[in-house]
Amino acid sequence: MKKLLAMVLTLCMVFSLCAIGPAASADAQELTLWTYPIGKWGDSATVEAMMADFEAATGIKVTVEYLDYTNGDDQVNTALEGGAAPDLIMEGPERLVANWGVKGYMVDLADLWDDADKAEVNASCVSACFNGDGACYEYPVCMTAHCMAVNYDRFVAAGADQYLDLENHTWTTDGFINAVKALYAAKNDTVAAVFCGGQGGDQGTRALINNLYGGTFTDAEHTKYTANSAENVKALELLQGLDGINFDASIVGGDEINLFRQGILDMAFCWNIAQQLNTDNNDAELTNDGEKIVFMSFPAEGDAKLCGGIWGFGIFDNGDEAKIAAAKEFVKYFCDGEGTVPAVKASTYFAVRGNAGDGIDLTGVWADNAIMNEYTKLMPLLGDYYQVAPKWAEARTAWWNMLQRVGAGGNVADEVAAFDAEVNG
Amino acid sequence: MLGKKSKLSRIITLAIIILLALLFTFPLYWIITGSFKTPKEVNSTTPVWWPSEFTMKNYEKLMSKLKAPLYELNIPFSQYFSEDGEPVAAVTGPTVPGAVRWLLNTVWMAVAAMLLTCITSALAGYSLAKKRFIGRGLIFTLIVCAMALPKQVILIPLIREMSSLKLYDTISAVIFPIVGWPFGVFLIKQFAESIPGEILEAARIDGAGEMRTFTQIVFPMIKPGVGALAIFTFINSWNDYFMQLIMLSSTKNLTISLGIAKMQAENSTDYGLIMAGAALASVPIIIVFLIFQKYFTRGITMGAVKG
Amino acid sequence: MGASAPRLTSRKLVMRETVSGYLFLLPSLVFFLVFVIYPMFMCIYTSFFDSNMGKNTTDVFIGLANYKELFQDQIFLGALKNTLIIVVVSVPTVCAFSLWVATAIYDMKPALTSAFRCIFYLPVVTGSVAVTVVWKWMYNNYYGIFNYVGKSMGFIEKNINWLGDAKYALWCIILILFTTSVGQPIVLYVSALGNVDQTLVEAAEVDGANRRQVFWKIKWPQIMPTTLYILIITTINSFQCFALIQLLTSGGPNHSTDTIMYYIYYTAFKLYRYGYGNAMGVVLMIIIAILSAIQFRMGQEK
Repeated sequence: MKKLLAMVLTLCMVFSLCAIGPAASADAQELTLWTYPIGKWGDSATVEAMMADFEAATGIKVTVEYLDYTNGDDQVNTALEGGAAPDLIMEGPERLVANWGVKGYMVDLADLWDDADKAEVNASCVSACFNGDGACYEYPVCMTAHCMAVNYDRFVAAGADQYLDLENHTWTTDGFINAVKALYAAKNDTVAAVFCGGQGGDQGTRALINNLYGGTFTDAEHTKYTANSAENVKALELLQGLDGINFDASIVGGDEINLFRQGILDMAFCWNIAQQLNTDNNDAELTNDGEKIVFMSFPAEGDAKLCGGIWGFGIFDNGDEAKIAAAKEFVKYFCDGEGTVPAVKASTYFAVRGNAGDGIDLTGVWADNAIMNEYTKLMPLLGDYYQVAPKWAEARTAWWNMLQRVGAGGNVADEVAAFDAEVNG
Repeated sequence: MLGKKSKLSRIITLAIIILLALLFTFPLYWIITGSFKTPKEVNSTTPVWWPSEFTMKNYEKLMSKLKAPLYELNIPFSQYFSEDGEPVAAVTGPTVPGAVRWLLNTVWMAVAAMLLTCITSALAGYSLAKKRFIGRGLIFTLIVCAMALPKQVILIPLIREMSSLKLYDTISAVIFPIVGWPFGVFLIKQFAESIPGEILEAARIDGAGEMRTFTQIVFPMIKPGVGALAIFTFINSWNDYFMQLIMLSSTKNLTISLGIAKMQAENSTDYGLIMAGAALASVPIIIVFLIFQKYFTRGITMGAVKG
Repeated sequence: MGASAPRLTSRKLVMRETVSGYLFLLPSLVFFLVFVIYPMFMCIYTSFFDSNMGKNTTDVFIGLANYKELFQDQIFLGALKNTLIIVVVSVPTVCAFSLWVATAIYDMKPALTSAFRCIFYLPVVTGSVAVTVVWKWMYNNYYGIFNYVGKSMGFIEKNINWLGDAKYALWCIILILFTTSVGQPIVLYVSALGNVDQTLVEAAEVDGANRRQVFWKIKWPQIMPTTLYILIITTINSFQCFALIQLLTSGGPNHSTDTIMYYIYYTAFKLYRYGYGNAMGVVLMIIIAILSAIQFRMGQEK
């Protein structure tokens, strides 16, 4: 009997000995940061270098964890549920403000802003990072405008390049319709895919549909979803009836980009500057087969309103004042201080402010990069940041389910009404 | 005995089976060849059946991503006493590519789950089969009922429980529910039923203690069953994607399956990298399988015949 | 069973048996009670509460409201239907297919039998995550191998969007599930057929029975226990199908591949409604309990 007991005990010992847990961090001078793959913020070599500089400057050691967009939310949620949340997290307001902030997990960062900051930072960023009660759950560092891309060689071959304003990277709704028709006539196969397999890259489909006839996704106060408007219904009906546009429930944004690069699709709706700069399979601005990629704003009858991406840091309230103070130091360092230039460069997006800290100029961060410079032409088109509306997670799911039903031949008006009932109910 | 007609039908059957066998080997073939293809070939829109040149680039990329320490030995139970509730590491290994650590985590998880399951089930199965004690019927009924239950059903309470035990995001959180799963007990019980009572009686009369009876007499007789259970548990825990998904989060605690799923989500453009990861996840276990193939199949069969 | 029942029935002996019995049971029982029974109990308990994620939220007792909502939730009912389709389709096909393969390969040369057995077992060991990577490519709408072969052989005219079309998606999932499920049954049937009493077979053949009669009258009854076991494990396996759905379709298109398992996960992790998710878990538990009881009955009648 003793032997048995001894055996059980030894087993327990062996187990806990090897129970591999999160890294020890006994004092406040160690922080954990979880990042989503925002440009090179998903690449450990780049991030480790920045963290090393930060540690040299402040003595605070930061352990970084890299999330992905498929399982990342689940990981954060289980960690929150399990009381193992990180100190810092890097993502956009739709998660930090509208989700975890609303649920009470985040530290209010309003004290990090003075009037100069508020004046300096892009206005739509400021409004997205604060919630209705004046609490701030995200301190922004970079932003971009999501756009679409076209395979220029194919456009030329089909005679559709006449519809593109290459100087301003804009085009009209009619131009888009004619281009799709021309491309479809040329290849008699799918020209572009309205991807709706899941949440990845859904901003692209929203921007496309909203812009075609000037619809919006939410009202100005971000309290109600407005997909059920005449403009949006008209846009969806147009896409549903247009040969060459395929509502594809088997792919998400990432797959669409892949297909575009492989030359299977002639347009991609899930595009941004990071994609334009991507060199995984060929030089930047080229498809795998070497055809030229041109980024474009979404087609619209007037000015297009691009969906923005805003990224910054939030602090989880783990109840440890010293850690929160250290985390705030981290936020200031990277968003408004010495670390801002490398932070923005790593993101491959654009700074949200003109200068950081004590006179570090941010306007010239991308002066040496022609592609980035060209892309700044789209930045003024940045529209309302509506991703902070309530029930955002449900709205996204309902959105792609609605697209799936429309794609399967459902009546647009009915399906949009069903979407409306689901998310505004 | 075989007529011409039945010979022909046999040949047709064989042809169909060979065709199906090709289909079944295809995924593995595609993963392994894919992991050596250049980006151009792996992304090609017409299937490239055989890489024109073998490149190691995908594996190099896999190895250059996400670093983690090779191992960390924590002071036992330190997470319950340390200031911030995190375990205190006594020894930390050298930094290696994340994929290496994932593989090590997976091996550790599968081996630990296998050993623990075998030991606890052997003891319990014997007890349920051969001991007559109060409450035995109730426990056995509970075991039979719980056996068919999918784990997803209890995922929410399980996560909460693991976090209050400070086990969330540790390999133990994956191992313990596997060990708790009562299939092993049930299986061993079936084996232990066939031990003749007279032998146990004789051992008792000879003055052998309970533990000695178990190690000297019972264990050798249920060994085949334990072997089968070991193999079962090893494969099942290696591939138990669901438990791993909900219980593990930090890069260094991932298993290889989770690692690939993560890469797939992050780099949907880099198919070659994903193939390399998939190859790394499946080839080791397939090698183990081929080596122990005989025992695998024998074990599975015995489990069924007895169970 | 009664062979080892103690002949001495004194109280002391019973006590001793009980103590030693529980001590042997203890290590296993600890894991079983703590990591299976306790969460199961909590699952039932929480299903009566409105329990959500949030730092400042408290669980509110709402009685059977979660269950009431459940049976009006079209997505849940759809998921229930899909789950049952998967089970009802895959269990018999897996059994029939593996029996067919096993009868074809069990009397080959041992090396050949063993090779085939290994091949059909491969998808099981390869693991669902790795296998899914390949299947995703095979099903691809634009350049997947099914469309490629189908078009070049003239079976299909236009590309079929296998995973993106509600008509096909569930069947695609079932096909993958099928390939990862038949390995074990084939191994089992091969050895069960190898263990069939040859003297009976020969006697029947002497009496002029043809192959079919030999199979159904002699072999089939003898492999019945194996068949029952296979039915049980395949049922469990089909209910647990999760990774394929999470990695391939996320329940889409338009909920056509939602299963209860996936919907529980979705409710808990995307909508953060724990109480509601647990209520689904309880319903599933009840369904599985009923099914197990039926199968157990069948086993006992045998």
